[in-house]
Amino acid sequence: MAAVTETLDTVQSVTQSGYKWGFETTIEMDFAPKGLNEDIIRLISSRKEEPEWMLEWRLKAYAAWLKMEEPQWARVDHPPIDYQDLHYYAAPKKKAGPKSLEEVDPELLKMFEKLGIPLKERALLAGVDPDTVENTQIAVDAVFDSVSVATTFQATLRKSGVIFCPISEAIREHPDLVKQYIGSVVPVADNFFAALNSAVFTDGSFVYIPKGVRCPMELSTYFRINARNTGQFERTLIIAEAGSQVSYLEGCTAPQRDENQLHAAVVELVAMDDARIKYSTVQNWYPGDANGKGGIYNFVTKRGACRGDRSKISWTQVETGSAITWKYPSCVLLGEDSVGEFYSVAVTNNHQQADTGTKMIHVGKGSRSTIISKGISAGHSNNTYRGLVRMLPSATNARNFTQCDSLLIGDQCGAHTVPYIESRNPTAKVEHEATTSKIADDQLFYCRQRGLSEEDAVGLIVNGFCKDVLKELPMEFAVEAQKLLAVSLEGSVG
Amino acid sequence: MNTGATGFLQRYEGLAGRLPGDSALRSAAAAAFKTSGLPGGTQQRRIEAWKYTSLRPVAEADFQPDSAPRHEAETVLAELLLLDAPRVVFADGTLRTDLSVMPPAGFACFADQPDFGTLSWPDREPMVALNTMLARDGAALHVPAGFDAGVVQLVSIATGDGDFHPRHSIRLAKGATLTIVEISAGKGRYLLNTVAEIHVAEGAYLTHIRLQDEAATAFHVSTTYADVATGGTYDSFTLNLGARLSRTEVRVQLSGSGAMVHLNAAQILAGSQHADFTTVVGHAAPGCSSRQTVKNVLAGRSRGVFQGKIEVARIAQKTDGYQMNQALLLSPYAEIDCKPELEIFADDVKCSHGATVGELDAEQMFYLRSRGIPDTEARSILVRAFLAEALDAVADETIRNRLETAVEQWWERQKA
Repeated sequence: MAAVTETLDTVQSVTQSGYKWGFETTIEMDFAPKGLNEDIIRLISSRKEEPEWMLEWRLKAYAAWLKMEEPQWARVDHPPIDYQDLHYYAAPKKKAGPKSLEEVDPELLKMFEKLGIPLKERALLAGVDPDTVENTQIAVDAVFDSVSVATTFQATLRKSGVIFCPISEAIREHPDLVKQYIGSVVPVADNFFAALNSAVFTDGSFVYIPKGVRCPMELSTYFRINARNTGQFERTLIIAEAGSQVSYLEGCTAPQRDENQLHAAVVELVAMDDARIKYSTVQNWYPGDANGKGGIYNFVTKRGACRGDRSKISWTQVETGSAITWKYPSCVLLGEDSVGEFYSVAVTNNHQQADTGTKMIHVGKGSRSTIISKGISAGHSNNTYRGLVRMLPSATNARNFTQCDSLLIGDQCGAHTVPYIESRNPTAKVEHEATTSKIADDQLFYCRQRGLSEEDAVGLIVNGFCKDVLKELPMEFAVEAQKLLAVSLEGSVG
Repeated sequence: MNTGATGFLQRYEGLAGRLPGDSALRSAAAAAFKTSGLPGGTQQRRIEAWKYTSLRPVAEADFQPDSAPRHEAETVLAELLLLDAPRVVFADGTLRTDLSVMPPAGFACFADQPDFGTLSWPDREPMVALNTMLARDGAALHVPAGFDAGVVQLVSIATGDGDFHPRHSIRLAKGATLTIVEISAGKGRYLLNTVAEIHVAEGAYLTHIRLQDEAATAFHVSTTYADVATGGTYDSFTLNLGARLSRTEVRVQLSGSGAMVHLNAAQILAGSQHADFTTVVGHAAPGCSSRQTVKNVLAGRSRGVFQGKIEVARIAQKTDGYQMNQALLLSPYAEIDCKPELEIFADDVKCSHGATVGELDAEQMFYLRSRGIPDTEARSILVRAFLAEALDAVADETIRNRLETAVEQWWERQKA
């Protein structure tokens, strides 16, 4: 019963405030003018002190983007986005290159406090010597709007040869690695939003795990969209060399406001022989108010390439925020016996729209993939699973198992499943299951009979429905995720 | 150029005013077809509903509707093993009373009484637009209230390099019962592009069995629209064996509470055949149920496609929808593409789908081989067992036997 008690505690600890993280930190900002053109891209590139090849790469992406059309196939509906009405660069004003954490703006530290970053991490961010906390588990690379302003644990990581830094720093400090891998998983002209990101990305994380190294701690980035009208375009690149292992955590909250904000990130993962990458996300951006006003547009391209034999990439995501989610973390399974996993919980309430899923492209012999997707719709929301499993002729003895379950709460929402299954190898096996149901009356009755309020009962049942996915999350995230589920579904019953 | 969409449009213009029925409807369809073109043909935009099937070979073919040597129809018909029941025979798209055994009542042909119906979407479906533009003949069957009309065979024979666009209409009044056995076969490089409209009224029961065994060089496109009222049942089974390229599209609307639909199918393909089975089931009333079992057996370089969508409207509470899709790949060059889709707007529903893709079970093969059964035969036994589950859905034993014979014949042809 421990799990149940824990769930109840979390449900109770959540206030009735709806979106409680809707505050805005005022820090002086440095804006580029609104709009997008080659000059803005040159400006971003020069502000980031990038080498010439990077600028060319960006311009190539921009040229490709100009020729592309915004995709219309997703089941999402929004007013047209004016790409010229956005700031593409905003940097907090501060002294050059934060070498020590004392230089971090106190406002920023307060913000982390409000975000509920664990105490020990806050202490670290406040300037505790990293060497005295060697046994701590998490390294934080805080992305505050467009420039990473605080990076901890560098010393410990450096000792094991791990590179964990803002991508702009990596472009300067490790150009060969970046040049080799950036755009190799998600090409510049892959899709409309990826092309846009490639042209204007301002920050994100870079991770390099050398051969045979098991990353000594979980790597974590807290993203936060802060300035008004700045789209945020992160670029994350994680490279795991042969035999290495890394677990990367990404969590998001955003200030509450009226205007819709565009977010188009690109995440690229590369796993070589026997390497393992676990990428976990808790996404809780501002979803808009109860009438569907405001909220973040989240158009993300995430893709991992299992290049090496026996390599493994695992995506786990809990998506509760954003007005619109357009996100398909995918795996290209090139290596023999490589493994791809996708565990997802997507919750939509009020007028949220989520169109999310995965792609598993099997190329290598004996490659395996598992897809577990749980969609929960409430209010007037629409929640779509869209996935592709493709077995190429070379994928001898490949396997896939897919399970998509949808839960509907209320009769004004929609739950949709759009899986694509393509096989060109007879020895490959694909199994797909999908179900749609509602919270059964007898389940609710059972909980209510034992004195739970209807809302608590729903929280409990939903957590049970999502258990298969939540158990894949690292400890730190599992607790936050359970809270988020309850917050997201507040007011959806009764 | 008189191939592709242009060729069809020129023909339509040449025939202007001489075709039966509502000419305004035809010209609207022609306008829609002019805009859309043939899926995968000359048009620029990709249509999601035609993601896996391109009609480019149809666009490139040069159809000559008037050159068909008609005397072969009898030969093809003789090979068909028809059931001992009334049959309505169309040869090259035209009703042949001399080859038919007419049902006692309730029959009219499209040429005499054109009925385009109310359910089709020429503006959204290019092949339906093409049919609406060029349809000359077809069957109109009407079963009066409470009447059991037994079995009626609807036979299409094509014998040349033409294109034919039959337009059928089947209406069952309250409490009526009918079994339609639709068989299509032929010789040549023709295109058969059928549109059928089906109305099943309150408590009526329509069984619709289809055997598509077209010439290996032919194109077969068939679009069926069905509306099922309160307590009615549309029970269908489709067996696709022939044609170089086929597309079978069925759109069913369950419009009255407690209505029911079965959309079962099996596709058995070899060589470079391509067969696409696409269905949309709309649950538009409470308490309806839909059942689907679709099986693909793919040998050679063939490609099987299954797209199945279940839509549940907000009003359709207590919906029970089930869909199973299985594919067996018998060759390293075969391909299966499937897209089982759920679109649900009601909360008190039970909807599920399952899909599996793979080859014959190695253990089962071993079991049979270890008992001295040769490889080819063991495979044939397992494939037949795989298909049996789909064929079992056909309740009428005589009809099921007829379908099993068709599968046997297909199997023999592969050996030869």
